[in-house]
Amino acid sequence: MIYLLDRGKDVLNAQLDRIQGLGRSTLAALSRLGRANVFLIDVLVGLTGMLIRPGLLIKQLFSVGVQTLVIIVVAGLFVGMVMALQAYYALVDFGAEDSVSVMVVLSLLRELGPVITALLFAGRAGSALTAEIGLMKATEQLSGMEMMAVNPIERVVAPRFLAGVISMPLLAAIFSAVGVLGGYLVAVELLGLDAGAFWSQAQSKVELFEDLGNGMIKSLVFGFVVSWIAVFEGYDCIPTSEGLGQATTRTVVYGSLAILVLDFVLTALMFSK
Amino acid sequence: MNTRTLELLVGLFVAAGLAALFMLAMSVSNLASFGGDDGYVIKARFDNIGGLKVRSPVAASGVRIGRVSDISYDLEGFEALVTMSIDPQYNVFPIDSSASILTSGLLGEQYIGLEPGAEEEFLVAGSEIDITQSALVLEEIIGQFIYSKADEE
Repeated sequence: MIYLLDRGKDVLNAQLDRIQGLGRSTLAALSRLGRANVFLIDVLVGLTGMLIRPGLLIKQLFSVGVQTLVIIVVAGLFVGMVMALQAYYALVDFGAEDSVSVMVVLSLLRELGPVITALLFAGRAGSALTAEIGLMKATEQLSGMEMMAVNPIERVVAPRFLAGVISMPLLAAIFSAVGVLGGYLVAVELLGLDAGAFWSQAQSKVELFEDLGNGMIKSLVFGFVVSWIAVFEGYDCIPTSEGLGQATTRTVVYGSLAILVLDFVLTALMFSK
Repeated sequence: MNTRTLELLVGLFVAAGLAALFMLAMSVSNLASFGGDDGYVIKARFDNIGGLKVRSPVAASGVRIGRVSDISYDLEGFEALVTMSIDPQYNVFPIDSSASILTSGLLGEQYIGLEPGAEEEFLVAGSEIDITQSALVLEEIIGQFIYSKADEE
């Protein structure tokens, strides 16, 4: 009898542990979200430090922006070329192959430019940011700075964050421009469409603010969010080699998901009338 | 890498980004004209130009020989005044050539088709084509068709 009672107690305790675990992880996730927001405010305040030392920003613009340029240009070229081919095969059945340029330019400016650039940016620059800041934390360089009364957020995090926010729209613009040129190469040089029709059709259908402007706003938002996630994951990582690896993975995963979800929200806001 | 090269590369990057933005803005607004327009200019008046646009092709027998360079509305004759720039090597079109607005394919872009006439004189810069045919407006054709059907019965 007593044996049975003990057994029942054990089962009950195991269930309670499980529920406790669920609550613990929910609370941990919520407090992490709160930390991320407090951290963002610290970073935004820390941006003022850049006024005194603009050299820090230049250095980060190089590693975040310039070094991402090659992958962006190559990807943009091929995305534009594929878009033109696909649009051609779809439209040629209706004798509307002159509209290839409209399809290529609109999809590049509105969606593919900002989104693919942001995804590549999260993979190429975001992961590097996390790893860099995380390693500084793991090797106690950040606490060393604090010892010397140097604010690590102002000195290390803010320049990287701002460089990401500045680089993203520029990279997206380059991606779209190269993509349009790639589309032009395929449509005009390869498939033999009329060059004048290519540009005039695009010009008649694409709006400066409606399409180009909204695309740039999108890429600015993506740049902000991806850079935020990247620097926070680095700053908040568990300072071991394993924790650093997890943080880098989280940057890419959370960054990419955030981009795709935000893209839907922004598209719904911008292009619904 | 020293600071100077670093600054230079970052400057190049920012300049490339702005140039890309500028190029996109140009390719969507009508400010840029790609390729040199060194042809001669002729004019034609149409009752209705349909969906013709600036930079639409001008073709003879389906071969592109020039582009529409300007479209305006003439308040004297209440007609559309279309200015075309024809490539310089096609400079022997007779003065009584006719221009009509055609559509490439069912949903395609509209262009101007030039049909050569028989006169000895040639079109030169500034001349005007007298014989023109307006764009076919689908609604009008369907309207006429229904009207003639009703007449038959």
